[in-house]
Amino acid sequence: MRTPREHFRLVVKYTPFHSRTVAANELNLWHRWRDYSVADAYFDVSLEYTALRNTCAVFDISPMTKHRITGPDALAFMNRLVTRDVAKIKPGRVGYAVWCDEQGQVVDDGTIFHLSPGVYRLCSQERQLDWLHTARLGFDVTVVEETEDVAALSLQGPTSCATLCALGLTGIETLTPFGMRTFAFGEAELLVSRTGFTGDLGYELWIDPAHAEALWDALFEAGNLYGIRPLGTHALDIARIEAGYIQAGVDFLPADHAIRADRTRSPFELDLAWLVDFSKPHFTGRRALLAEQSRGSRYRLVRLDVAGNKPATDAYVYDAKRRVVGTVTSAVWSPMSKASIALASVAMPHGAVGTPLWAEIYYQKELKWNRTNVECTVLAGPSYDPPRRKVTPAPMR
Amino acid sequence: MNKADVIVVGAGHNGLTSAAFLAKAGLKVLVLEKNPWIGGAAVSRSLHKDWIYSNCSYVCSLLRPEIFRELELGKHGLHVVPYGGGVTFTRDGDILGNYVDEEVKRREIMRYSARDGDAYLRYSRDVMRQCRLVRSLLMRTPPDPTSWRWRDLTEMRHIGREFAALGPAVLADTIRFHTMSIADYLNEYFESDVVKANLAGSGIIGTALGVQSPGTAYVLLHHYMGDVDGQMGAWGFARGGMGAVSQALASALTSFGGTIKVDAPVAQIVVRGGRVRGVALDNGDEYSAPVVISGLDPKRTFLGLLASGDLDPAIAKRARDFKIRGSSGKLNIALDGLPTFPALGKNNPLAAGDMHFLDSLERYERAYDDWKRGMWSRDPYLDLLIPSLTDPTMAPPGKHFMSVFVQYVPVKVKGQDWTDADREAFKKTVFQQISRYSPDFESLVLHAEVRTPRELEAEVGLTEGNIFQGELTFDQLLFNRPFPGFAQYRGPVKGMYMCGSGTHPGGGVMAAPGANAAREVLLDLKRGNTVPNGWSDD
Repeated sequence: MRTPREHFRLVVKYTPFHSRTVAANELNLWHRWRDYSVADAYFDVSLEYTALRNTCAVFDISPMTKHRITGPDALAFMNRLVTRDVAKIKPGRVGYAVWCDEQGQVVDDGTIFHLSPGVYRLCSQERQLDWLHTARLGFDVTVVEETEDVAALSLQGPTSCATLCALGLTGIETLTPFGMRTFAFGEAELLVSRTGFTGDLGYELWIDPAHAEALWDALFEAGNLYGIRPLGTHALDIARIEAGYIQAGVDFLPADHAIRADRTRSPFELDLAWLVDFSKPHFTGRRALLAEQSRGSRYRLVRLDVAGNKPATDAYVYDAKRRVVGTVTSAVWSPMSKASIALASVAMPHGAVGTPLWAEIYYQKELKWNRTNVECTVLAGPSYDPPRRKVTPAPMR
Repeated sequence: MNKADVIVVGAGHNGLTSAAFLAKAGLKVLVLEKNPWIGGAAVSRSLHKDWIYSNCSYVCSLLRPEIFRELELGKHGLHVVPYGGGVTFTRDGDILGNYVDEEVKRREIMRYSARDGDAYLRYSRDVMRQCRLVRSLLMRTPPDPTSWRWRDLTEMRHIGREFAALGPAVLADTIRFHTMSIADYLNEYFESDVVKANLAGSGIIGTALGVQSPGTAYVLLHHYMGDVDGQMGAWGFARGGMGAVSQALASALTSFGGTIKVDAPVAQIVVRGGRVRGVALDNGDEYSAPVVISGLDPKRTFLGLLASGDLDPAIAKRARDFKIRGSSGKLNIALDGLPTFPALGKNNPLAAGDMHFLDSLERYERAYDDWKRGMWSRDPYLDLLIPSLTDPTMAPPGKHFMSVFVQYVPVKVKGQDWTDADREAFKKTVFQQISRYSPDFESLVLHAEVRTPRELEAEVGLTEGNIFQGELTFDQLLFNRPFPGFAQYRGPVKGMYMCGSGTHPGGGVMAAPGANAAREVLLDLKRGNTVPNGWSDD
């Protein structure tokens, strides 16, 4: 039985929170996120960002691609799919993961939710149904996409725990990072995970779309005393670059999109070596990654502290001899460190921690374009990583 | 005034392109056309009052933008208008729409198979990888792989580098791709038969092969490698019909001082002392020029324009063996109003796209089976468009022009020449196919031009009515097009050249053969080059 052909009349779909995000979007700024439109900004990018770092802010992550993997071989299947050891992600836990093609190039990154024994949810940036079905051969698993079946909000910031307590989620403060727990929300079940894309204390809330609007309303009521604000993509982007998180299609090209050779990256080349576990059973890309490990990588992802106050957007990266060695993939002015920071992909052997690189930045002031060459310091880790992100019990403000 | 520096035989789009670049280089160029009109198969004619038909070719995507820009075809009146999407109708009353929006297209495919919706991304990526390779070769003269001349070696090295740049995995795909059938290729990506059928048409258009025949995967590529303003694989209309392409080229040509003479059918290329001296017309008039370029297909060029005494028998045999089988027909229809296609629903944007009516690979293959038996397909493949929904110049307001490409159509009906009764029966078959999906279609028909291979050959001069001037199979591509030894646009006699779609890179209204041929002529004449190089996709 095919779904109705009339779907084409609604080119861009509404997320389950649309009635609420529309009301909150004072600027009426939207952009496309696959099937849906989501807010660029709601009232002021700077103030939204400030709410995220100072109180708490809500981002609608419903368009994120979600797949459910179940069946007797679910663990074995997941372990063959991704580079990390999924056996270590116990029921009730979440793990960040990447998966590769057979050439060891990253197809996508995402989070694995071990919902209950043998039941996984894979959240990702890209659609993976074809890839998962191809990988399913020989495994007794069922793979279904559930993007539309789950509404989700990301609540991030120092008062996010307090807001959830006010919402009545008793004991939420004891939830450890990358843990998850279910609560009753009216007649619905609310799944809460201590996860996010901001590098801050924060949670993601997962619920049946039928209860989405009620959740939004209850959350904003609960957060009223805790400075809750809606958060648009622009403000989120500042936070994720501060946290040093990479984004598919921005900091790396998903391998299944690459038309030109040499455009893709391996986990090693994205500073994700910690996600590759050669001691676990075979996984896709293992042989290629072993070869890369012995041969050496082509590229390195670096987190840069860029001198001066100009964001190094789209900048070429040079070595000390003025040779181009890479490009900036994400750049932003970091309000928390009062520094221009960037993520860049540079050719090996450049970009070792502590070595100098240079960025050629084009910027304009009142329509006049200027160019500047500034020194960059390669950082050992993210430029912003507050202790509250990891502390349990979670702080209340 | 019967003397010129260059004579071009045939005012098709490639002949005009060659002529324009040569005139731009300062040569005195004369184009001779047998018909009272110009354009060859890129032609717009008014056969019903107030209507304009794109009589042969009907959509535009492959026309090289380098040529468009260099000849300033925009200034000369050409406007390529992209059209949106397409649709395959299914026998159970549903559709599979190729919506322009990628997400809507994915949702539509997912109605037939959730997995295929995602697989389409992988499929598009792999086709684009192959497209990039072919696109890099379009505006270049193929090397002769058996030659040790510096230029051929350099060109071989270029191709080698393009191949090497693919990387080992894609290179392996490339080698497979060129020998695969479109059915096998699609089977590697998709599970839904409707999804496969929806994509298969591009693999067989203009080709006397079935979806199961090896080599049809490349034909698909040939239809994907174009673009409209950088939108790869997109197709559009030439505003005013495909004749607008020829008119703009002709306008460019005359602006450079070139001359076009219509009603001037060339009978023969005049050869004396081992080199070209000019041409003789059917009426005996002679025009002299040291260079003659034929825009005709290889069979007509080698076996018609050249006297057999001037041609080595081995070369004549090559020309006789050249595959140029007719497989398609064309209906151009004036409509009193917009026909309804109930499965589309009201105000579906796909009504302005290309419509297809075969919903399984099986039906495609059966359609081909009929052709093999010397009959037109009883359940034919149609590529149906209503250009007047996009281009207001084609028909009066509220009225419509419908262009229907039909496949498969044999060159002879059960071994006998086409009769007018055959043509009427063929028309009836096509009308029935359309009426199955549009009940009011027939009641709106005001006039219909029905073209079988017989008319395409007699009027346009395409041997067997083959729209590509020769099939686009691996054995007839690149340095094998039209056949080994003659892929560099030069004929067997000094001063003789070829510029038609029978040369690299083939048909589809690209104008690249014409441009490449002009470059070779200018090289031989030691004139400054006016032909642009191809643009990079990187």
